[in-house]
Amino acid sequence: MNAHLLSLAIWVPILGALPVLALGSERRNAVRWLSLLVAIAGFLVTIPLYTGFNNQDAGMQFVERLAWIPRFNIEYSLGVDGISMLFILLNSFITILVVLAGWEVIEEKQAQYMGAFLVMSGLMNGIFSALDGILFYVFFESSLIPMYIIIGVWGGANRVYAAFKFFLYTLLGSLLMLVALLWLFFEAGGSFSILDWHNLRIDMAPQILIFIALLLSFAVKVPMWPVHTWLPDAHVEAPTGGSVVLAAIALKLGAYGFLRFSLPIVPDASHAMAPLMMALSLIAVIYIGFVALVQEDMKKLVAYSSISHMGFVTLGFFIFNSLGIEGALVQMISHGFVSAAMFLCIGVMYDRMHSRKIADYGGVMNTMPKFGAFFLLFSMANAGLPATSGFVGEFMVILGAVKLNFWIGSAAATTLILGAAYTLWMYKRVVFGPVANSHVAELTDINGREFLILGILAGAVLIMGLYPFPVVDVMHATVDNLLKHVATSKL
Amino acid sequence: MLENFVTPDFYPAAAELFIAAMALIVLVADLIAGTNRRWVPALLTMVALVGAIVVTAATADGQTVQTFSRMFVDDLLADFLKLMTYLAVIMALVYSRRYMADRKLDSGEYYMLVLFATLGMMVMISASSLVTLYIGLELMSLSLYGLVAIDRDSKKATEAAMKYFVLGALASGLLLYGMSMLYGATGTLEIGGIAQALYQGNVPKTIAVFGLVFTVAGIAFKLGVVPFHMWVPDVYQGAPTAITLFLATAPKFAAFAMAMRLLVYGMFSLAEEWQHMLLIMAVLSIALGNLAAIAQTNIKRMLAYSAISHMGFMLLGLTSAVVGGQVEPFAVVNAYSSAMYYVVAYVLMSAAAFGMVMLLSRPGYEADTLDAFKGLNQRSPWFAAVMLMVMFSMAGIPFFIGFFAKFSVLLALIKAGYTSIAVIVVLFSLVGAFYYLRVVKLMYFDKPDDTSPIQAGVDMRAMLTINGLMIAFFGLFPDAIMVLCTTTLMRSL
Repeated sequence: MNAHLLSLAIWVPILGALPVLALGSERRNAVRWLSLLVAIAGFLVTIPLYTGFNNQDAGMQFVERLAWIPRFNIEYSLGVDGISMLFILLNSFITILVVLAGWEVIEEKQAQYMGAFLVMSGLMNGIFSALDGILFYVFFESSLIPMYIIIGVWGGANRVYAAFKFFLYTLLGSLLMLVALLWLFFEAGGSFSILDWHNLRIDMAPQILIFIALLLSFAVKVPMWPVHTWLPDAHVEAPTGGSVVLAAIALKLGAYGFLRFSLPIVPDASHAMAPLMMALSLIAVIYIGFVALVQEDMKKLVAYSSISHMGFVTLGFFIFNSLGIEGALVQMISHGFVSAAMFLCIGVMYDRMHSRKIADYGGVMNTMPKFGAFFLLFSMANAGLPATSGFVGEFMVILGAVKLNFWIGSAAATTLILGAAYTLWMYKRVVFGPVANSHVAELTDINGREFLILGILAGAVLIMGLYPFPVVDVMHATVDNLLKHVATSKL
Repeated sequence: MLENFVTPDFYPAAAELFIAAMALIVLVADLIAGTNRRWVPALLTMVALVGAIVVTAATADGQTVQTFSRMFVDDLLADFLKLMTYLAVIMALVYSRRYMADRKLDSGEYYMLVLFATLGMMVMISASSLVTLYIGLELMSLSLYGLVAIDRDSKKATEAAMKYFVLGALASGLLLYGMSMLYGATGTLEIGGIAQALYQGNVPKTIAVFGLVFTVAGIAFKLGVVPFHMWVPDVYQGAPTAITLFLATAPKFAAFAMAMRLLVYGMFSLAEEWQHMLLIMAVLSIALGNLAAIAQTNIKRMLAYSAISHMGFMLLGLTSAVVGGQVEPFAVVNAYSSAMYYVVAYVLMSAAAFGMVMLLSRPGYEADTLDAFKGLNQRSPWFAAVMLMVMFSMAGIPFFIGFFAKFSVLLALIKAGYTSIAVIVVLFSLVGAFYYLRVVKLMYFDKPDDTSPIQAGVDMRAMLTINGLMIAFFGLFPDAIMVLCTTTLMRSL
């Protein structure tokens, strides 16, 4: 059983989506409960990945290897290490919340909605566990299909534009990555195994080219400034569930790609390009932080804050010390919870008011006190308040950056001010003050289902903020091993 | 003279003889059956094709046999391509049965012409002499001109047929001229003899290359690649959709065979010359096909431009065999099998795409605009999903067969050292993704203009379902066809 855990994590949601799709949209109750069942089953099969994980082992665990396309030596090879395992858990967990979040609000074609998310969830797990370059690519690119449909069918007014922009932007990057992967295949003497590539000697010039090809692909996904412009559009137009999956999981794919591909395969180019990467990351942290400040749309604001937080992640990677990388990973997990919670909160308000404009709100606390309390916690976490998960990662990255260079560290630290400014200012305008208009006065507080979703997330955010070791311990050995790899020249 | 006559071995050409006989039987049977019993020629045609599958499969022994004074060859490549051709023709006939019947176009001539065109393709596939090849080509082309014009009251179809005929005749002329040059240079019409003469090198190279250029032009016309692509959009759009489907599928195998026989079997010594020509044509086709497809509102025309770009992509496989004068058997097989795999994948995809157009058409209404696909997800979620698979497959998104077709061509290209070309063509695939995505957008994001239920027979629904599932299945498990293509080429080259 243990030998096929990763396959189960991938295929349980995907195959489970088929009966959901077959039920059709007429039988709404059956669709919802079956989707929930599949999502929970998908999460349950990932739990042994954590409990059975050996923290001391820096290599791949739960490995599966099968010949997939022997003609080109492509393998169906899966495995997780301390970096990827947590994301599989996070992804499968978030899927449950997404199913719950779409319980009532999705009225049109609910079966297809749930099906798309379940397929998406399986594909994401595939990306995080693939150890074969082409298998990775295949999961990476096919996950665009369900997301394109999700944004385009259930999105807001400008959904078509957003769906196209999302798809074409990400495809641009991944096509160049494909060329780089094929090039590596020949360089490695006919192997697509990512672990083989980690030991490959490559000259500097091709290293730089590969780094750039991978960068274009991953930078679009992260997204890094200046290729971030698809994200606000996609986020704003996507349905709540779509925004949650995008922010909590999809953005992590690019960052994960840096750790799995760029850093270990082309370490010399990574070192050479590190100043550029740090500069881009700092621009994302500071400039995008200011951009977030002036947003009038709540979803857009959180979208920009995501970009800013992801800037922190890429900064952490390219300072090349264990504090930085571990901090970045913690930040990724934490951002998964916090951004999911923020989008769900906005979704709760949007379902009632059908508006995302900050100006349409004011005094929500008066009518929705329970909701206001949750929203406050998540806003604080988004701003990086100590004792929430948002603080741990940011603090570690700042420490790592200061170790490298004081000024980089202090520039990064401005996020604590900016993050607090844009999040809390939005919170103040939306939640505090007198009741702004008659619509706000008619608001009803969250129901049991919403309370459950937000409560679970609140627990996760607090536990990770107060006691992050269960997460950090898992990644120690792997990160140390990765840093050893990165420190060795491949020239 | 007569005492030198040797009775040829008819056995390798058994399938051709069978199809020829059946075509004549269909012609007569149609006369006897009359207009009320249209199922008679239809059934006989099916019997002919299924019989041909049996004959070809039974006689496929993996040996390379030449017959008719070495003008005709039966090797594994021929058997494979012929089997694929039969399957494509059967698919086309199943898709078009009701469409043709609704428009009263399912006359005996239709089936007869389809069979003769198939015969032409088979002769092309098995040609081992320039003359045989030309005969096969003309038999196929003339039947196709007739098929395009089969709806003789339609102005558009007649115009398309005229265009096709005039340009096709011109291309045949170019090809003949090139063949005459080759004959002049090498003194033989036999493809093996040409290869030997060129290999030994005591031929006037200028004349040989001159012949090569015209030959390449002829091949390019049949494949429909830039700059010989002008007929493709007009003919695809103008012909009845059933005929477009036929045109877009089986003849691609024949055109591929023609390229293999002439360029690889005949002029491999000049590979570096023709590889450069093909490379330029391929890149231009991918560029023009993808850019022009964006502007189309007619889906048949859009698919025509997409066909141009796909054929360009296929050519890239042919261009990456010989690098710097080095002939490495593995690289050669790799390159040609990637092109062959691409053709198989393309035929599967385009059959399904045109099949979808016919699915949405009904008597008196042609679903040939993009808007006809609006809101298909509400009218029929399953067929919308099939079209979704076809479109993403054509765009080269995994897990569909189209991705692995592009993948294997790109792999061959990069192996040959053309990494920059690979980057250029993937960027054009990005452009291409836009118009495929637009079809998906129309089906899923928009509301239908027309909510009438889909009228289609069980056979068509089943065929589309099978076709769509094949696109997905061979995308998940692409190895079988890849190995088949590789083995075939390894044993035939």
